[in-house]
Amino acid sequence: MRVELENLSKAWDGVVGADRITLDIADGEFVAFLGPSGCGKTTTLLMVAGIYKPSGGTIKFDGHVVNEVAPKDRGIGMVFQSYALYPHMTVFGNISYPLRIQKVNKTEIKERVQKVADMMGIGDLLDRKIVQLSGGQQQRVSLGRALVKEPQLLLFDEPLSNLDARLRLTMRGEIKRLQEEMGITAIYVTHDQVEAMTMADRIAVMSGGVLQAYDVPTDLYEHPKTQFVAGFVGNPPMNFFDVEIVAMDGEFRAKSGSIDLALPRDRAEKAAAAGKDKLIMGVRPEDIYLVDDAEPAAPGRTLTAAIEVVEPLGREDLLGVTVNDVEMRVLVDKTKGAAVGDNVDLVFDMSSVQFFDPETEQSVLWT
Amino acid sequence: MGSGKTGRFFSYAFLTLSIVPILVGYTWLVIATVSTRTRGLLPINAEGGIGGLTLGNWSFVFESAIWSAMLNSLLIAVAMVIGVGIASTSGGYALSRFKFPGRKGFLTGTLVLHAFKAEMLLIAIFFVLRWLGEIPLIGPYIGFNSVGGVALVMVALELPLGIWLMKGFFDNISWDMERAAMIDGAGRFRVWWQIMLPQVRPGIAALALFTFIAGWNAYLVPFTFTIGTKVANMPVYLNQLISDTAPVNWNQVAAVGLFQMIPLIIFFIFTQELLLNIYAGGSKGT
Ligand SMILES: Nc1ncnc2c1ncn2[C@@H]1O[C@H](COP(=O)(O)OP(=O)(O)O)[C@@H](O)[C@H]1O
Ligand SMILES: [Mg+2]
Repeated sequence: MRVELENLSKAWDGVVGADRITLDIADGEFVAFLGPSGCGKTTTLLMVAGIYKPSGGTIKFDGHVVNEVAPKDRGIGMVFQSYALYPHMTVFGNISYPLRIQKVNKTEIKERVQKVADMMGIGDLLDRKIVQLSGGQQQRVSLGRALVKEPQLLLFDEPLSNLDARLRLTMRGEIKRLQEEMGITAIYVTHDQVEAMTMADRIAVMSGGVLQAYDVPTDLYEHPKTQFVAGFVGNPPMNFFDVEIVAMDGEFRAKSGSIDLALPRDRAEKAAAAGKDKLIMGVRPEDIYLVDDAEPAAPGRTLTAAIEVVEPLGREDLLGVTVNDVEMRVLVDKTKGAAVGDNVDLVFDMSSVQFFDPETEQSVLWT
Repeated sequence: MGSGKTGRFFSYAFLTLSIVPILVGYTWLVIATVSTRTRGLLPINAEGGIGGLTLGNWSFVFESAIWSAMLNSLLIAVAMVIGVGIASTSGGYALSRFKFPGRKGFLTGTLVLHAFKAEMLLIAIFFVLRWLGEIPLIGPYIGFNSVGGVALVMVALELPLGIWLMKGFFDNISWDMERAAMIDGAGRFRVWWQIMLPQVRPGIAALALFTFIAGWNAYLVPFTFTIGTKVANMPVYLNQLISDTAPVNWNQVAAVGLFQMIPLIIFFIFTQELLLNIYAGGSKGT
């Protein structure tokens, strides 16, 4: 089912939940709503579900405005973070509930519930009470209940947040696989950018009720259109510096206090064309390296830093370093054996450097 | 309380001591009902010696008045449970879930009204009941000097508590469960009936119990708004035994009192488990 949101807004006397959200979702597409807590993801999703009445704007399913259509008539299934199962019913009771309301005949209910339950790997738990299930099983029941009525649109509201990391990983794959196999359009709300990046065809990044960007995952990562998106997508988050762009001997340099780095010509020219005295420069932690045999110092792109913090992440170490008084995060190979207090030389890979207008926080490279 | 054995010993000792007066009271009540006279906890015969046991105090069970009083008590209590139950579960749900003009005022209003003692309202209620009694056809059943009228007043007096109690229980249920049900295809009424009510069963049980006891023991309202024995309930019947002119047979009063308690005791024995679970099992699960 094709979904179009046009200037969709929701406010409760003064409190803004969602502010003029406009986006379209193609049939069969998997879209993630990504943003920090309180940015309006759930609000937008509940408007799509028909639970919240929009204060403005329209929602269209396959070209028809559905603003006034009741939730039960929208052909949707929804999975909640809290699972929202009915604790007084068995697993069978929960999954069959939508069908029982539709007065589907008993044998068909049995068949369809069993089929969905088998698909979710809970086929042998149908007689269990909800409280007798683990969190992962409960979420499978909830997913089964959403799927059993064969919806045309699946809505997920942070469905994996209450599960442990391992289970989250498995469920992530399973949800994605199910969605692809069944070809159902899906909206997936999450504050976890890894989840969004790995699962979604396109990601809608939200902040403060406003849609910040709507793009395919790689574009969000490589061509962030706002500083917010750049900082939110990618983990650990991007480093930002206030810099001036200076042209010297046909070469462009980013300068501010202790920072002085040579820039690639194409990006620097675009940034300089914005005509701003100051810009915000963004460099990802994974684009900064420790200088050693494998990574020789590059002229004009090397700075000396002191290591303040070392956070082991397993395969890599996340370093908190300072170049004089400028703080930044650097992601390095664990084998480099970085230790707190060391003075090290850092080489900057500037090929994917980003620049933002300090006033509007919009990218000066991508529009 | 302290730890280990000493702590436990003192807890038990304290609890035992504190129920002694109650136990003594009930023991006396039971002994008195089968005695002509008592001194302390001992039955006394005419000569002043121990003895004089009799079943004479229980002769009232052969009179129709006691059974009619019991029936009236039961009617009032059951009508209250039903009336308070329906109004509180639906009103409490609405107050918990819907936004509507006057919601806040209604909530504080009921709370304030609850603070007024029934005594203060007696005269006003009298006029209301008299007026209700003049309604054609149903008037005689819900007006002054009718069991229905008494039940109506008692329901009204109990509602603030009931509505607030149920609102509290509904407030504790996640909105998501309700949203899930609406997406699953349920309308408002179905959500309330099939999804929400089962979650607040402990609350309904507690409310039903409190209401039943309040109705069973109702005295002031039935005493004020009924005349004569036909519409008297148990407490009113009991009061009629204590006449101003003739000497009171306290042993018979004790017997009627005990008789009135019997249904409640049976009720408690069967619902004890439930009562203990009411607050333990409230909102487990999701
Ligand atoms: N029913 C409501 N009444 C008033 N404000 C609300 C309501 N629901 C959400 N909000 C507000 O709207 C904003 C967005 O909330 P929400 O959509 O739940 O955020 P998210 O799901 O992204 O964490 C928050 O500031 C929240 O306080
Ligand atoms: Mg949310």
